[in-house]
Amino acid sequence: MSTLPAVDRREALRRIGLTAGVAAGFTAAGFALHDRRSGGAYFRDLANAEVVTLGDYRVPLKEGTPPLAIAHGDDPARLVEAAVAALGGMAHFVKPGDVVILKPNVAFDRAPALGATTSPAVLGAVAKMVRSCGARRILVIDNPINQPEGCFHKSGIAAAAAAAGCEVVMPTPARFATLAVGRFRGADGQLSGQRGDALDTWPLFYDPFKTATKVIGIAPCKDHNLCGASLTMKNWYGLLGGRRNQFHQQIHGIISDFPLLMRPTLVVLDATSILMKNGPTGGSTADVKPGRTVVVGTDMVAVDSYGYTLFERRTPAPEYLARATQRGLGNADWQSLQPTELTV
Amino acid sequence: MRITTVRVIVQSVSFTLFLALLLLTCFSGLRGFPVSLFLELDPLTAVASSIASRTVYQNVIWALFLLLPTLLLGRFFCNWLCPFGILHQLTGWLARRRTPDKQRLETNRYRPLYGLKYALLVFILVAAVFGSLQNGLLDPAPTIYRSFTVAVLPVVDATVGGVYVRPHYHQAAWLVGALFLLFLGLNLLIPRFYCRVLCPLGAFLGWLARFSLFRIERNVARCTDCDLCLKSCEGACDPHSALRKAECFVCFNCIEDCPEDALRFAWLPPIRPDGDRGGEVTAAQPTRRQLAFGALAGALFVGWARSSGETSENFRPSCIRPPGAVPEHDFLARCIKCDQCIRVCPTNVLQPALLEAGLEGLWTPVMNMRLGYCELNCTLCGQVCPTGAIQRLTLDEKHGHGAFEGRGPVRSGTAFYDRGRCLPWAMDTSCAVCEEVCPVSPKAIFTRHVDIVDRQGQPQTIKRPYIDPTRCIGCGICEHECPVVDLRAVRVSAVGESRSKERSLLLQSGNAEVSAPS
Repeated sequence: MSTLPAVDRREALRRIGLTAGVAAGFTAAGFALHDRRSGGAYFRDLANAEVVTLGDYRVPLKEGTPPLAIAHGDDPARLVEAAVAALGGMAHFVKPGDVVILKPNVAFDRAPALGATTSPAVLGAVAKMVRSCGARRILVIDNPINQPEGCFHKSGIAAAAAAAGCEVVMPTPARFATLAVGRFRGADGQLSGQRGDALDTWPLFYDPFKTATKVIGIAPCKDHNLCGASLTMKNWYGLLGGRRNQFHQQIHGIISDFPLLMRPTLVVLDATSILMKNGPTGGSTADVKPGRTVVVGTDMVAVDSYGYTLFERRTPAPEYLARATQRGLGNADWQSLQPTELTV
Repeated sequence: MRITTVRVIVQSVSFTLFLALLLLTCFSGLRGFPVSLFLELDPLTAVASSIASRTVYQNVIWALFLLLPTLLLGRFFCNWLCPFGILHQLTGWLARRRTPDKQRLETNRYRPLYGLKYALLVFILVAAVFGSLQNGLLDPAPTIYRSFTVAVLPVVDATVGGVYVRPHYHQAAWLVGALFLLFLGLNLLIPRFYCRVLCPLGAFLGWLARFSLFRIERNVARCTDCDLCLKSCEGACDPHSALRKAECFVCFNCIEDCPEDALRFAWLPPIRPDGDRGGEVTAAQPTRRQLAFGALAGALFVGWARSSGETSENFRPSCIRPPGAVPEHDFLARCIKCDQCIRVCPTNVLQPALLEAGLEGLWTPVMNMRLGYCELNCTLCGQVCPTGAIQRLTLDEKHGHGAFEGRGPVRSGTAFYDRGRCLPWAMDTSCAVCEEVCPVSPKAIFTRHVDIVDRQGQPQTIKRPYIDPTRCIGCGICEHECPVVDLRAVRVSAVGESRSKERSLLLQSGNAEVSAPS
């Protein structure tokens, strides 16, 4: 009936092969992406989403060295030098080739004189000492409450960091990852350790930690409206992201989790000036008094317990200090540690 | 029996099945029937949702039952199974049954306008690549489900009754209804306007049809070029010339209409046996400009929709998703706006969003507590969702009982009091209906007895209600039952929903129990 020419065998095979290939492709892709699970599995995966962990950045002190040193005097750089020297010198902590994170508190868009942020002089002094020990890179990081560029600029931290050859890393969203607080990853990839009292997993400004080998926290000495005082422990709040305004619902639990969250090389309490009231933002030089003090230590609970005495209040020390001590994360009884105290 | 008679029977069965499944999509009807069948068979839903969400959810794999035969036979779905296509064919037939043949065949010639649907397909696929699933705007399966749920069934119920126990209302039903009428009315302009010009599923099947091994083939030696094959050609696929494979609906009308018996459905006919006069146009023929327009529009749509922040930081308090809904970014990559959840929702709380979820979220389900509330012991929306935008939860999962004790209940939001409107708070009037209906145990709404002196100087004790945010699941029954019926004195908003940490209210992690207010 038909007068049509038929396709030849080669053409027929080509067309059938092409169609079969497309059919196989769709079928394979369909089954590769097929999710036949129930809803419970989706939300379980969501709860068990990938987490990162932090390293242990501590360096043991020489036998018999108290874990905090207090220096009084007028020159911030000499205060830092003297206190670090009392702990064994910066070369004990930072080795050539180290990548060092400096974590100042740059939370607010404030001038240095207002005492709401780490003083540029103290940051600069720490950075210079770290550099002289042969650090390969020094990263200055914080996730401020106010607009980050303005905070780094107006606090003077950006200029001090640049002068000391440090790199400021901005807290862009892509640089955050979910941290399993208090956990570390073994060689087999399994997590161990203990989760925090208030914090299990939380977004952390993680990107700089991919390469860091040492971490130094440099916190101002500030009044705080809710927890009493913002010192070296509270300073780690600034590395977290997400809905961290919820932390105020359990502020002492959160802050007492921070020694678990971060095991830093050193913490520096910059009490060259002290924000006595209206914290943690301040806003008037009338809120600030000269402190003439820098404390450096490896036990942040002890450093902060000493730091709280600088406010000369009759009120008891913040609850988070007692809680951290109770959990074995530090020692609030700083006097029993017989700290080195010197005037320069 | 003629093949076209078989086709009409198949079409009738298909449409009846669609209607039956739609009517069974309700509390008393479900019983395990595959009520979302046509959505799960839809290859465009499968492909676009798998691009956007990287998942082929549960029964969506059934799309292969349509996709694979299309590779063999061409776009047969459009004229054999598609329930929306059937309505278009019927409308077009009614409109032209007295039109003379000569005029009718002119309306069935191919036009460059028919390339537009490929631009719409590209729009959908590009948006899907950026994580925004938009096939539901025009894909015929979600469109006809949505139109019947939002615009047709409520009218049927209001006139003849029998659909709902209590009447159901749907936000902006007029918009869905008007578009439905418009799509049908366009058949008066051009037959099968929607199918030929707009349908992105048709475009996708048309693209697949280039690989089909069967097609309509014209015997050029017999053909007298009378063009009568165009008289009832549904696809406008030029059977009188080189057949446009991507446009042909495989309706077989041309074979019936040919007086010379010159047409047949042929296995592997040659592509170009007779120069340009016969053979086939293998691929779809959108213009490059149409495709570029589609791609650009898709990218800009997502870019602009997201840059409003309405799906992230700037989300609206009224974007309250039902329990089982996945986090918003994934929700927008999965929801096809079919509104099956809205159809099955027994309380009428689920509503097709207008701008509650941003531009992208048009017609996706949000809860409106004035119209309903989320029934504690109900998970029907997740049972019928074809793509897993609302996951299938067990009651234990929803309530946080049994094995799910540690995870707690699924929360869709949190209730807040408006103390200026609440009777015991503002007007010294006893009420506490909200506490009465609060379904969780212990209740999320508690009251404190307060001794007051009323304006007559008499001492009174009044119960004033409070929310315990650690217990509130955002079901909204308090808002629904509040006697202050215009602007309720207790209202639910999206904060506190458990599917996302970004929209949570309370710090809930770590070892410590969150303390409830005492």
